[in-house]
Amino acid sequence: MRDKVWIIAGLLLFLGLVTYPAWHDLVAGTTAKPPQLVLPANQKQCVAPLSYMRTSHMKLLLQWRRSVVRDGQTKYVAFDGKVYNMKLSGTCLRCHSQQEFCTRCHNYVGVRTPYCWNCHLDPAQVKRSAR
Amino acid sequence: MNALTSFILILVVTGLAFAGGEISSCRVLLDVVLPYAAMAAFLVGLVYRVLKWASSPVPFNIPTTCGQQKSLSWIKSSWIESAHTKLGVAVRMAIEILLFRSLFRNSRAQIRQEGPRLLYSENKWLWLGALAFHWSMLVIVLRHLRFFVEPVPRFILAMDAVDGFFQISAPQLLVTDVVIIVALLFLLQRRLTDPKVRYISLFSDYLALFLLLGIAISGVLMRYFFKVDLEAVKQLAIGLVTFSPIVPASIGALFFVHLTLVSFLLAYLPFSKLVHMGGIFLSPTRNLPNDSRMVRHVNPWNYPVKVHTYQEWEEEFHDKIKAAGLPLERE
Repeated sequence: MRDKVWIIAGLLLFLGLVTYPAWHDLVAGTTAKPPQLVLPANQKQCVAPLSYMRTSHMKLLLQWRRSVVRDGQTKYVAFDGKVYNMKLSGTCLRCHSQQEFCTRCHNYVGVRTPYCWNCHLDPAQVKRSAR
Repeated sequence: MNALTSFILILVVTGLAFAGGEISSCRVLLDVVLPYAAMAAFLVGLVYRVLKWASSPVPFNIPTTCGQQKSLSWIKSSWIESAHTKLGVAVRMAIEILLFRSLFRNSRAQIRQEGPRLLYSENKWLWLGALAFHWSMLVIVLRHLRFFVEPVPRFILAMDAVDGFFQISAPQLLVTDVVIIVALLFLLQRRLTDPKVRYISLFSDYLALFLLLGIAISGVLMRYFFKVDLEAVKQLAIGLVTFSPIVPASIGALFFVHLTLVSFLLAYLPFSKLVHMGGIFLSPTRNLPNDSRMVRHVNPWNYPVKVHTYQEWEEEFHDKIKAAGLPLERE
Protein backbone atom coordinates (compact mmCIF):
# COMPACT_ATOMS: atom_id res chain seq x y z
CA MET A 1 0.00 0.00 0.00
CA ARG A 2 1.21 3.47 -0.80
CA ASP A 3 -0.37 5.04 2.28
CA LYS A 4 2.31 3.82 4.67
CA VAL A 5 2.70 7.23 6.27
CA TRP A 6 -0.96 7.30 7.22
CA ILE A 7 -0.94 3.73 8.45
CA ILE A 8 2.08 4.30 10.68
CA ALA A 9 0.63 7.57 11.97
CA GLY A 10 -2.60 5.77 12.85
CA LEU A 11 -0.70 2.95 14.49
CA LEU A 12 1.33 5.39 16.60
CA LEU A 13 -1.85 7.20 17.61
CA PHE A 14 -3.38 3.91 18.68
CA LEU A 15 -0.29 2.90 20.65
CA GLY A 16 -0.29 6.31 22.32
CA LEU A 17 -3.93 5.91 23.34
CA VAL A 18 -3.43 2.37 24.65
CA THR A 19 -0.42 3.38 26.74
CA TYR A 20 -2.07 6.64 27.87
CA PRO A 21 -2.31 5.58 31.54
CA ALA A 22 1.44 4.96 31.68
CA TRP A 23 2.23 8.40 30.20
CA HIS A 24 -0.33 10.14 32.38
CA ASP A 25 0.97 8.57 35.58
CA LEU A 26 4.55 9.27 34.55
CA VAL A 27 3.84 12.98 33.99
CA ALA A 28 1.63 13.30 37.07
CA GLY A 29 4.20 11.40 39.17
CA THR A 30 1.57 8.96 40.39
CA THR A 31 2.66 6.09 42.57
CA ALA A 32 0.75 3.12 43.91
CA LYS A 33 0.42 4.90 47.26
CA PRO A 34 -3.07 4.51 48.77
CA PRO A 35 -5.05 7.65 49.69
CA GLN A 36 -4.37 9.18 53.10
CA LEU A 37 -7.49 8.48 55.14
CA VAL A 38 -8.10 10.06 58.51
CA LEU A 39 -9.14 7.20 60.78
CA PRO A 40 -11.27 7.72 63.90
CA ALA A 41 -9.18 8.55 66.92
CA ASN A 42 -11.67 7.39 69.55
CA GLN A 43 -12.68 3.99 68.13
CA LYS A 44 -10.80 0.84 67.24
CA GLN A 45 -13.56 -1.30 65.73
CA CYS A 46 -16.18 -0.43 63.13
CA VAL A 47 -19.68 -1.92 63.07
CA ALA A 48 -18.42 -4.80 60.93
CA PRO A 49 -14.98 -6.34 60.32
CA LEU A 50 -12.55 -4.21 58.31
CA SER A 51 -12.46 -6.56 55.30
CA TYR A 52 -16.25 -6.44 55.04
CA MET A 53 -16.41 -2.66 55.40
CA ARG A 54 -13.72 -2.14 52.76
CA THR A 55 -15.63 -4.07 50.13
CA SER A 56 -19.29 -4.00 51.11
CA HIS A 57 -20.07 -0.88 53.19
CA MET A 58 -22.59 0.23 50.56
CA LYS A 59 -24.52 -3.00 51.04
CA LEU A 60 -24.64 -2.39 54.78
CA LEU A 61 -25.89 1.16 54.24
CA LEU A 62 -28.64 -0.04 51.90
CA GLN A 63 -29.59 -2.71 54.43
CA TRP A 64 -29.76 -0.09 57.18
CA ARG A 65 -31.87 2.21 55.04
CA ARG A 66 -34.29 -0.59 54.32
CA SER A 67 -34.52 -1.60 57.97
CA VAL A 68 -35.19 1.93 59.18
CA VAL A 69 -37.45 3.18 56.41
CA ARG A 70 -39.43 0.02 55.61
CA ASP A 71 -39.34 -2.07 58.76
CA GLY A 72 -39.00 0.58 61.45
CA GLN A 73 -35.99 -1.18 62.94
CA THR A 74 -33.40 1.28 64.23
CA LYS A 75 -31.04 -0.93 66.24
CA TYR A 76 -28.22 -2.88 64.62
CA VAL A 77 -26.58 -5.74 66.49
CA ALA A 78 -23.01 -5.88 65.29
CA PHE A 79 -20.94 -9.01 64.80
CA ASP A 80 -19.28 -8.49 68.20
CA GLY A 81 -22.62 -8.11 70.01
CA LYS A 82 -22.50 -4.32 70.32
CA VAL A 83 -25.72 -2.48 69.51
CA TYR A 84 -25.62 0.55 67.23
CA ASN A 85 -28.22 3.04 66.02
CA MET A 86 -28.70 2.64 62.29
CA LYS A 87 -27.86 6.21 61.41
CA LEU A 88 -25.50 7.59 58.79
CA SER A 89 -25.01 10.99 60.37
CA GLY A 90 -25.48 9.84 63.95
CA THR A 91 -23.38 6.68 63.91
CA CYS A 92 -21.05 6.51 60.88
CA LEU A 93 -20.18 10.19 60.77
CA ARG A 94 -19.75 10.39 64.53
CA CYS A 95 -16.38 8.66 63.99
CA HIS A 96 -15.64 9.15 60.30
CA SER A 97 -15.18 12.42 58.49
CA GLN A 98 -17.03 12.68 55.20
CA GLN A 99 -14.35 14.86 53.60
CA GLU A 100 -11.29 13.08 54.93
CA PHE A 101 -12.55 9.53 54.86
CA CYS A 102 -15.50 8.81 52.55
CA THR A 103 -14.72 11.29 49.80
CA ARG A 104 -10.98 10.71 49.70
CA CYS A 105 -11.29 7.02 48.99
CA HIS A 106 -14.25 7.53 46.64
CA ASN A 107 -12.23 10.05 44.65
CA TYR A 108 -9.29 7.68 44.57
CA VAL A 109 -11.17 4.80 42.99
CA GLY A 110 -13.33 7.12 40.89
CA VAL A 111 -16.64 6.26 42.52
CA ARG A 112 -18.93 9.19 42.07
CA THR A 113 -20.21 10.78 45.27
CA PRO A 114 -23.27 8.69 46.02
CA TYR A 115 -26.65 10.26 46.59
CA CYS A 116 -26.34 9.76 50.37
CA TRP A 117 -25.58 13.45 50.70
CA ASN A 118 -28.72 14.55 48.90
CA CYS A 119 -30.50 14.03 52.24
CA HIS A 120 -27.85 13.40 54.88
CA LEU A 121 -25.55 16.01 56.34
CA ASP A 122 -22.08 15.75 57.70
CA PRO A 123 -22.51 17.02 61.31
CA ALA A 124 -18.92 18.27 61.45
CA GLN A 125 -19.48 20.43 58.41
CA VAL A 126 -22.75 21.80 59.74
CA LYS A 127 -21.00 22.76 62.98
CA ARG A 128 -18.24 24.49 61.06
CA SER A 129 -20.60 26.50 58.84
CA ALA A 130 -22.81 27.46 61.82
CA ARG A 131 -19.91 29.13 63.56
CA MET B 1 -18.98 -29.47 19.18
CA ASN B 2 -17.04 -26.29 18.42
CA ALA B 3 -19.20 -24.43 20.88
CA LEU B 4 -18.70 -27.04 23.56
CA THR B 5 -14.91 -27.27 23.25
CA SER B 6 -14.47 -23.50 23.34
CA PHE B 7 -16.80 -23.30 26.33
CA ILE B 8 -14.78 -25.97 28.13
CA LEU B 9 -11.54 -24.14 27.32
CA ILE B 10 -12.85 -20.94 28.89
CA LEU B 11 -14.09 -22.91 31.90
CA VAL B 12 -10.65 -24.48 32.33
CA VAL B 13 -8.93 -21.08 32.18
CA THR B 14 -11.45 -19.72 34.67
CA GLY B 15 -10.87 -22.67 36.98
CA LEU B 16 -7.10 -22.31 36.80
CA ALA B 17 -7.32 -18.59 37.56
CA PHE B 18 -9.68 -19.27 40.45
CA ALA B 19 -7.39 -21.91 41.91
CA GLY B 20 -4.26 -19.81 41.27
CA GLY B 21 -5.75 -16.88 43.17
CA GLU B 22 -6.09 -19.09 46.23
CA ILE B 23 -2.42 -20.05 46.23
CA SER B 24 -0.32 -17.13 47.43
CA SER B 25 2.77 -18.15 45.45
CA CYS B 26 0.73 -18.02 42.23
CA ARG B 27 -0.42 -14.45 42.87
CA VAL B 28 2.75 -12.84 41.53
CA LEU B 29 2.30 -14.84 38.36
CA LEU B 30 -1.37 -13.88 37.94
CA ASP B 31 -1.07 -10.27 39.16
CA VAL B 32 2.14 -9.20 37.48
CA VAL B 33 3.74 -11.65 35.06
CA LEU B 34 0.59 -12.57 33.17
CA PRO B 35 -0.70 -9.00 32.55
CA TYR B 36 2.74 -7.81 31.39
CA ALA B 37 3.20 -10.80 29.08
CA ALA B 38 -0.32 -10.37 27.67
CA MET B 39 0.12 -6.64 27.09
CA ALA B 40 3.46 -7.21 25.38
CA ALA B 41 1.90 -9.88 23.14
CA PHE B 42 -0.97 -7.51 22.35
CA LEU B 43 1.20 -4.54 21.41
CA VAL B 44 3.86 -6.47 19.51
CA GLY B 45 1.30 -8.69 17.80
CA LEU B 46 -0.87 -5.80 16.71
CA VAL B 47 2.05 -3.77 15.37
CA TYR B 48 3.27 -6.85 13.52
CA ARG B 49 -0.13 -7.49 11.96
CA VAL B 50 -0.65 -3.88 10.89
CA LEU B 51 2.85 -3.54 9.42
CA LYS B 52 2.37 -6.81 7.56
CA TRP B 53 -0.89 -5.55 6.08
CA ALA B 54 0.75 -2.23 5.26
CA SER B 55 3.48 -3.91 3.28
CA SER B 56 1.07 -6.03 1.22
CA PRO B 57 0.67 -4.65 -2.30
CA VAL B 58 -2.80 -3.87 -3.59
CA PRO B 59 -2.65 -4.86 -7.25
CA PHE B 60 -6.17 -3.83 -8.18
CA ASN B 61 -8.60 -1.07 -7.34
CA ILE B 62 -11.19 -3.22 -5.59
CA PRO B 63 -13.62 -1.11 -3.55
CA THR B 64 -16.94 -2.78 -2.85
CA THR B 65 -19.57 -0.28 -3.83
CA CYS B 66 -23.23 0.07 -3.14
CA GLY B 67 -24.11 3.07 -5.24
CA GLN B 68 -23.77 4.70 -8.63
CA GLN B 69 -20.17 5.35 -9.61
CA LYS B 70 -19.12 8.87 -10.56
CA SER B 71 -19.12 9.02 -14.35
CA LEU B 72 -20.90 11.49 -16.62
CA SER B 73 -21.96 14.79 -15.17
CA TRP B 74 -25.66 14.18 -15.81
CA ILE B 75 -25.72 10.80 -14.05
CA LYS B 76 -26.31 11.28 -10.36
CA SER B 77 -23.57 9.53 -8.40
CA SER B 78 -23.49 8.43 -4.80
CA TRP B 79 -20.51 10.13 -3.16
CA ILE B 80 -20.53 8.09 0.05
CA GLU B 81 -21.74 4.64 -0.97
CA SER B 82 -19.52 4.71 -4.03
CA ALA B 83 -16.96 7.24 -2.92
CA HIS B 84 -14.68 8.67 -5.58
CA THR B 85 -13.00 11.34 -3.43
CA LYS B 86 -10.83 11.09 -0.33
CA LEU B 87 -13.51 12.88 1.70
CA GLY B 88 -16.11 10.41 0.51
CA VAL B 89 -13.87 7.51 1.52
CA ALA B 90 -13.29 9.05 4.93
CA VAL B 91 -17.02 9.53 5.51
CA ARG B 92 -17.75 6.02 4.28
CA MET B 93 -15.09 4.55 6.58
CA ALA B 94 -16.38 6.56 9.53
CA ILE B 95 -19.93 5.33 8.98
CA GLU B 96 -18.67 1.78 8.64
CA ILE B 97 -16.47 1.92 11.75
CA LEU B 98 -18.81 3.86 14.02
CA LEU B 99 -22.21 2.64 12.82
CA PHE B 100 -21.48 -0.65 11.01
CA ARG B 101 -23.07 0.41 7.73
CA SER B 102 -22.46 -2.90 6.00
CA LEU B 103 -24.18 -4.91 8.74
CA PHE B 104 -27.17 -2.61 8.36
CA ARG B 105 -27.50 -4.10 4.90
CA ASN B 106 -27.64 -7.61 6.29
CA SER B 107 -30.41 -9.73 4.79
CA ARG B 108 -31.87 -13.13 5.45
CA ALA B 109 -32.69 -15.75 2.83
CA GLN B 110 -35.33 -18.29 3.69
CA ILE B 111 -37.47 -20.82 1.86
CA ARG B 112 -41.13 -20.31 2.55
CA GLN B 113 -42.95 -23.31 3.92
CA GLU B 114 -46.05 -23.12 1.63
CA GLY B 115 -44.18 -23.28 -1.62
CA PRO B 116 -40.68 -23.47 -3.02
CA ARG B 117 -40.14 -19.75 -2.91
CA LEU B 118 -36.87 -18.22 -1.80
CA LEU B 119 -37.54 -15.05 0.14
CA TYR B 120 -35.07 -12.37 1.02
CA SER B 121 -35.90 -10.10 3.89
CA GLU B 122 -34.25 -7.42 5.95
CA ASN B 123 -32.48 -8.59 9.07
CA LYS B 124 -31.31 -5.83 11.31
CA TRP B 125 -30.83 -7.87 14.50
CA LEU B 126 -27.20 -8.71 13.83
CA TRP B 127 -26.49 -5.03 13.23
CA LEU B 128 -28.24 -4.01 16.44
CA GLY B 129 -26.55 -6.72 18.51
CA ALA B 130 -23.11 -5.89 17.12
CA LEU B 131 -23.61 -2.17 17.65
CA ALA B 132 -24.84 -2.68 21.22
CA PHE B 133 -21.92 -4.95 22.05
CA HIS B 134 -19.15 -2.83 20.51
CA TRP B 135 -20.29 0.49 21.97
CA SER B 136 -20.79 -1.01 25.43
CA MET B 137 -17.36 -2.56 25.19
CA LEU B 138 -15.82 0.82 24.32
CA VAL B 139 -17.54 2.55 27.22
CA ILE B 140 -16.55 -0.24 29.61
CA VAL B 141 -12.90 -0.16 28.52
CA LEU B 142 -12.79 3.62 28.92
CA ARG B 143 -14.50 3.38 32.30
CA HIS B 144 -11.68 1.11 33.49
CA LEU B 145 -9.30 4.05 33.15
CA ARG B 146 -10.39 5.03 36.64
CA PHE B 147 -8.22 2.21 37.97
CA PHE B 148 -5.15 3.13 35.93
CA VAL B 149 -5.08 6.90 36.15
CA GLU B 150 -4.73 9.04 39.27
CA PRO B 151 -6.32 11.57 39.58
CA VAL B 152 -9.32 10.21 37.69
CA PRO B 153 -10.05 12.38 34.63
CA ARG B 154 -13.32 14.32 34.55
CA PHE B 155 -14.67 12.70 31.41
CA ILE B 156 -14.45 9.26 33.01
CA LEU B 157 -16.56 10.45 35.92
CA ALA B 158 -18.99 12.11 33.53
CA MET B 159 -19.28 8.91 31.51
CA ASP B 160 -19.84 6.95 34.70
CA ALA B 161 -22.62 9.35 35.67
CA VAL B 162 -24.40 8.88 32.33
CA ASP B 163 -23.89 5.13 32.50
CA GLY B 164 -25.41 5.00 35.98
CA PHE B 165 -28.25 7.31 34.99
CA PHE B 166 -30.98 5.14 36.51
CA GLN B 167 -29.39 5.28 40.00
CA ILE B 168 -30.48 1.77 40.84
CA SER B 169 -28.97 0.39 44.07
CA ALA B 170 -25.37 0.81 45.17
CA PRO B 171 -22.96 0.38 43.53
CA GLN B 172 -25.07 1.95 40.85
CA LEU B 173 -26.30 -0.30 38.08
CA LEU B 174 -24.50 0.64 34.88
CA VAL B 175 -26.50 0.38 31.68
CA THR B 176 -23.57 -0.85 29.60
CA ASP B 177 -23.08 -3.81 31.95
CA VAL B 178 -26.58 -5.02 31.15
CA VAL B 179 -26.36 -4.19 27.45
CA ILE B 180 -23.06 -5.97 26.84
CA ILE B 181 -24.25 -9.24 28.40
CA VAL B 182 -27.60 -9.16 26.61
CA ALA B 183 -25.88 -8.38 23.29
CA LEU B 184 -23.29 -11.14 23.73
CA LEU B 185 -25.98 -13.67 24.65
CA PHE B 186 -27.93 -12.64 21.55
CA LEU B 187 -24.87 -13.02 19.32
CA LEU B 188 -24.22 -16.43 20.86
CA GLN B 189 -27.80 -17.67 20.44
CA ARG B 190 -27.70 -16.48 16.82
CA ARG B 191 -24.79 -18.83 16.14
CA LEU B 192 -26.42 -21.70 18.03
CA THR B 193 -30.00 -21.57 16.80
CA ASP B 194 -29.76 -20.57 13.14
CA PRO B 195 -28.67 -23.78 11.31
CA LYS B 196 -27.01 -21.85 8.46
CA VAL B 197 -24.95 -19.68 10.80
CA ARG B 198 -24.21 -22.66 13.01
CA TYR B 199 -22.86 -24.58 10.04
CA ILE B 200 -20.26 -21.91 9.26
CA SER B 201 -19.37 -21.13 12.89
CA LEU B 202 -15.87 -22.10 13.87
CA PHE B 203 -14.16 -22.85 17.15
CA SER B 204 -12.65 -19.36 17.18
CA ASP B 205 -16.06 -17.73 16.70
CA TYR B 206 -17.41 -19.37 19.83
CA LEU B 207 -14.17 -18.88 21.74
CA ALA B 208 -14.32 -15.12 21.23
CA LEU B 209 -17.92 -14.98 22.41
CA PHE B 210 -17.38 -17.16 25.46
CA LEU B 211 -14.21 -15.26 26.35
CA LEU B 212 -15.98 -11.90 26.19
CA LEU B 213 -18.93 -13.30 28.11
CA GLY B 214 -16.58 -14.65 30.76
CA ILE B 215 -14.95 -11.25 31.14
CA ALA B 216 -18.26 -9.41 31.29
CA ILE B 217 -19.87 -11.84 33.73
CA SER B 218 -16.87 -11.97 36.06
CA GLY B 219 -16.77 -8.16 36.03
CA VAL B 220 -20.47 -7.87 36.80
CA LEU B 221 -20.28 -10.44 39.60
CA MET B 222 -17.34 -8.56 41.06
CA ARG B 223 -19.07 -5.20 40.92
CA TYR B 224 -22.49 -6.15 42.22
CA PHE B 225 -22.33 -9.43 44.10
CA PHE B 226 -18.99 -10.77 45.32
CA LYS B 227 -17.29 -7.54 46.21
CA VAL B 228 -13.58 -6.95 45.93
CA ASP B 229 -11.29 -4.41 47.53
CA LEU B 230 -11.19 -1.58 44.97
CA GLU B 231 -8.37 0.28 46.70
CA ALA B 232 -6.16 -2.80 46.33
CA VAL B 233 -7.27 -3.17 42.69
CA LYS B 234 -6.27 0.40 41.92
CA GLN B 235 -2.93 0.02 43.69
CA LEU B 236 -2.21 -3.05 41.60
CA ALA B 237 -3.29 -1.34 38.38
CA ILE B 238 -1.19 1.78 39.00
CA GLY B 239 1.73 -0.37 40.06
CA LEU B 240 1.52 -2.19 36.75
CA VAL B 241 1.36 0.89 34.53
CA THR B 242 4.12 2.70 36.42
CA PHE B 243 6.36 -0.38 36.16
CA SER B 244 6.72 -0.73 39.92
CA PRO B 245 4.29 -3.57 40.49
CA ILE B 246 3.07 -4.49 43.94
CA VAL B 247 1.12 -7.61 44.82
CA PRO B 248 -1.75 -6.82 47.19
CA ALA B 249 -2.36 -9.33 49.97
CA SER B 250 -5.91 -10.13 48.95
CA ILE B 251 -8.34 -8.76 46.44
CA GLY B 252 -10.81 -11.59 45.93
CA ALA B 253 -10.84 -14.79 43.91
CA LEU B 254 -13.09 -13.38 41.19
CA PHE B 255 -10.59 -10.66 40.45
CA PHE B 256 -8.03 -13.23 39.35
CA VAL B 257 -10.57 -14.79 37.01
CA HIS B 258 -11.35 -11.40 35.49
CA LEU B 259 -7.70 -10.40 35.13
CA THR B 260 -6.69 -13.77 33.67
CA LEU B 261 -9.48 -13.72 31.10
CA VAL B 262 -8.62 -10.14 30.12
CA SER B 263 -4.97 -11.15 29.75
CA PHE B 264 -6.09 -14.07 27.60
CA LEU B 265 -8.11 -11.69 25.43
CA LEU B 266 -5.20 -9.25 25.05
CA ALA B 267 -2.72 -11.94 24.12
CA TYR B 268 -5.17 -13.74 21.81
CA LEU B 269 -6.53 -10.65 20.05
CA PRO B 270 -3.75 -9.92 17.51
CA PHE B 271 -3.71 -13.53 16.32
CA SER B 272 -7.43 -14.05 15.99
CA LYS B 273 -10.38 -12.69 14.06
CA LEU B 274 -10.73 -10.07 16.79
CA VAL B 275 -7.93 -8.13 15.13
CA HIS B 276 -10.61 -6.71 12.82
CA MET B 277 -10.24 -3.82 15.25
CA GLY B 278 -7.18 -2.80 13.21
CA GLY B 279 -8.02 -4.63 10.02
CA ILE B 280 -11.14 -2.62 9.27
CA PHE B 281 -8.97 0.45 8.64
CA LEU B 282 -6.79 -1.46 6.19
CA SER B 283 -9.46 -3.16 4.07
CA PRO B 284 -8.83 -2.26 0.42
CA THR B 285 -12.48 -2.99 -0.37
CA ARG B 286 -13.42 -0.12 1.92
CA ASN B 287 -10.55 2.36 1.94
CA LEU B 288 -9.95 2.68 -1.79
CA PRO B 289 -11.85 5.36 -3.70
CA ASN B 290 -13.99 4.09 -6.57
CA ASP B 291 -12.19 6.22 -9.17
CA SER B 292 -11.06 3.60 -11.66
CA ARG B 293 -12.54 5.67 -14.51
CA MET B 294 -10.55 8.75 -13.51
CA VAL B 295 -7.22 7.55 -12.16
CA ARG B 296 -5.15 4.66 -13.41
CA HIS B 297 -4.44 2.27 -10.58
CA VAL B 298 -0.90 1.05 -11.06
CA ASN B 299 -0.03 -2.32 -9.66
CA PRO B 300 2.83 -1.62 -7.27
CA TRP B 301 4.65 -4.81 -8.23
CA ASN B 302 4.71 -3.90 -11.91
CA TYR B 303 8.31 -3.85 -13.08
CA PRO B 304 9.39 -1.92 -16.19
CA VAL B 305 8.51 -4.31 -19.04
CA LYS B 306 10.75 -4.22 -22.12
CA VAL B 307 8.41 -3.71 -25.07
CA HIS B 308 9.09 -3.94 -28.76
CA THR B 309 6.35 -2.03 -30.59
CA TYR B 310 5.17 -2.72 -34.14
CA GLN B 311 6.61 0.59 -35.30
CA GLU B 312 10.04 -0.39 -33.97
CA TRP B 313 9.73 -3.82 -35.58
CA GLU B 314 8.73 -2.32 -38.92
CA GLU B 315 11.68 0.04 -38.81
CA GLU B 316 14.03 -2.82 -38.02
CA PHE B 317 12.90 -4.96 -40.97
CA HIS B 318 11.95 -2.06 -43.24
CA ASP B 319 14.14 -3.07 -46.15
CA LYS B 320 13.25 -6.74 -46.09
CA ILE B 321 9.52 -6.05 -45.95
CA LYS B 322 9.85 -3.67 -48.83
CA ALA B 323 11.89 -6.18 -50.84
CA ALA B 324 9.22 -8.82 -50.26
CA GLY B 325 6.61 -6.43 -51.55
CA LEU B 326 4.60 -6.39 -48.38
CA PRO B 327 2.60 -3.28 -47.43
CA LEU B 328 4.16 -0.94 -44.89
CA GLU B 329 2.26 1.24 -42.48
CA ARG B 330 4.67 4.13 -42.63
CA GLU B 331 5.29 5.06 -46.20
